[in-house]
Amino acid sequence: MSQPQASANPSPQPRQNRIAYQYDKWQRKLAPYMFISPFYLFFAIFGLFPIIFSLYLSFHRWDAIGPMVFVGLENYSFLVTDDWFWMSLRNTVVIGLMTGVPQHVLGLVLAYMINSKLVKFPNFFRTSYFMPYITSTVALTLVFSIIFGTRYGALNYLLEPLQNVGGFQWLLTQLNLEYPIEWLGRAHTIRPSLAMLMTWRWVGWNMVLYLAGLQAIPGDLYEAAKVDGASNFQLFAKISVPLLRPMMLFAFTMTIIGQMQTFDEPMILLGTGGGVNQAGMTTVLYLYRTSFEWMDFGTGAAMSYLLFLIIIAFSLLNFKLFRRGERD
Amino acid sequence: MTRVAKILLYAVLVTGVVITVFPFFWMFVLATLSRREIFAYPPNLWFGSYLTENYENLMNFVPFLRNMWNSLYIAAMATVTTLFFCSLGAYGFAMYDFKGKEFLFAFMIGTIMIPPILGTIPWFIMMRFFGWVDQARALWVPGMASAFGIFLLRQYIESAIPRALQDAARIDGCSEIRIYWQVVLPLVGPGLGALGMVTFIGSWNNFLGALIILRSRVTYTIPVALSSLQGMISTDYGAVMIGTALGTLPILIAFLMASNQIISGLTAGALKE
Repeated sequence: MSQPQASANPSPQPRQNRIAYQYDKWQRKLAPYMFISPFYLFFAIFGLFPIIFSLYLSFHRWDAIGPMVFVGLENYSFLVTDDWFWMSLRNTVVIGLMTGVPQHVLGLVLAYMINSKLVKFPNFFRTSYFMPYITSTVALTLVFSIIFGTRYGALNYLLEPLQNVGGFQWLLTQLNLEYPIEWLGRAHTIRPSLAMLMTWRWVGWNMVLYLAGLQAIPGDLYEAAKVDGASNFQLFAKISVPLLRPMMLFAFTMTIIGQMQTFDEPMILLGTGGGVNQAGMTTVLYLYRTSFEWMDFGTGAAMSYLLFLIIIAFSLLNFKLFRRGERD
Repeated sequence: MTRVAKILLYAVLVTGVVITVFPFFWMFVLATLSRREIFAYPPNLWFGSYLTENYENLMNFVPFLRNMWNSLYIAAMATVTTLFFCSLGAYGFAMYDFKGKEFLFAFMIGTIMIPPILGTIPWFIMMRFFGWVDQARALWVPGMASAFGIFLLRQYIESAIPRALQDAARIDGCSEIRIYWQVVLPLVGPGLGALGMVTFIGSWNNFLGALIILRSRVTYTIPVALSSLQGMISTDYGAVMIGTALGTLPILIAFLMASNQIISGLTAGALKE
């Protein structure tokens, strides 16, 4: 009874094993593609498609309601001759430089201080300086709108005692200001005010980056230099800074990309108008206004592409300058 | 000499901390002051007694608890979905060798460099096409699989899980997806924690996207609700300030409890490059 059965199906076990083995091999091969595919799927829909559509849109006139009208390069030629576009770009760059430079200088110096063995509680300082970065820009910008108040703000209150100092008055006259300073009410104080706020927000971020970079530098390098009689400043300038170059490149690039897209702060402090003489009108604020207030999506899309190209150009320039510095 | 240097060092650092922390402190102070006290000179630097009144005023202007719920909901959905898809992708990149891996990974990293503003307008148009304007999902669905998240977790998985563990699980008959779920995920808790907090904070603070998509007071998230208050005639700054304080407090507490994890999560991408 059992004999013929066995001969009809001589070896069920190995065959099943083979199938299982094949399946196993196949699923093992396919598995990684399955795991990473969601990213590419989502990127295709929500990343790549919008970018291509944006390019398409930039050659059209469209108010998002009526039909799309093909206009060729009209949006681009309008923008490159548009005073407001260039002004917004200049504002963005000026604000970016005004805050970018102190952000990195302070960030680096603070990181070096906290990293030095003299300072206790490095984590306390790190956490404190980092706090502005994690909180909502909108919320803290609203607080700054009161700090910057002309007749009630904390900043002018802080400066009040300086009024009796001779040099302060001289400085104010030189800067074409008078006390109490209208931080957000005058065209030439709007950009510095925005820069101060953004510096306050971003110093901690840069400091943390530099601190992480400093902690990665092996301590015996410093020891060896000290044995050779190097001063503290020399340690900083000849060891820390050169070894931080990769981190600096990264941090600078992040600052460039971030600053070129400044929106939240001027929007909250000044509204879509950008303040007196549009002094605080950044490119993204102008882009927002063009697209979502004036419903001119074609021009908005063209502007986003021009801004993208400018960001790439600045990033490459930054990269080139770094490379050249490395060779010297 | 070192003594003087030390005092100087602390003086600079502490001054910096005071400047950094003061706006937070003053935010809580302003939330307890009346409109008149806020606009007084010299500025009031200590707490007042208008907290409950400010709170009631805020609730009259906007459904702020609802706005907080919206922020929480969107941030939670964004976090959970991001953690799932990013850990899945990171597992694929960290634990397997497959054809095209180098290219696919480089491509993914490249997408991190694309500035978000490039896609903002078409994103809005897409959301309108989907009928997602004024809906919370417009703010968390598109970001579910983030390249930054995959990158971050890949580093973590590679350093935390030896491939021998994967092989051992296979010999025990585990399928690949089960290895992910039952072996890998439980071991990358800290990595998930860091990415989770980064995602949550980013979503909680998102302004431009929410401003574009959300159109009614009941769907507003905290940043949009606060900015809408500012536009009102005779803005009640006491009410605005209690709003900012309420909106900031949860994140602030979470940060102070886990600052090391959050900071290392946020800077991990920079360090490994």
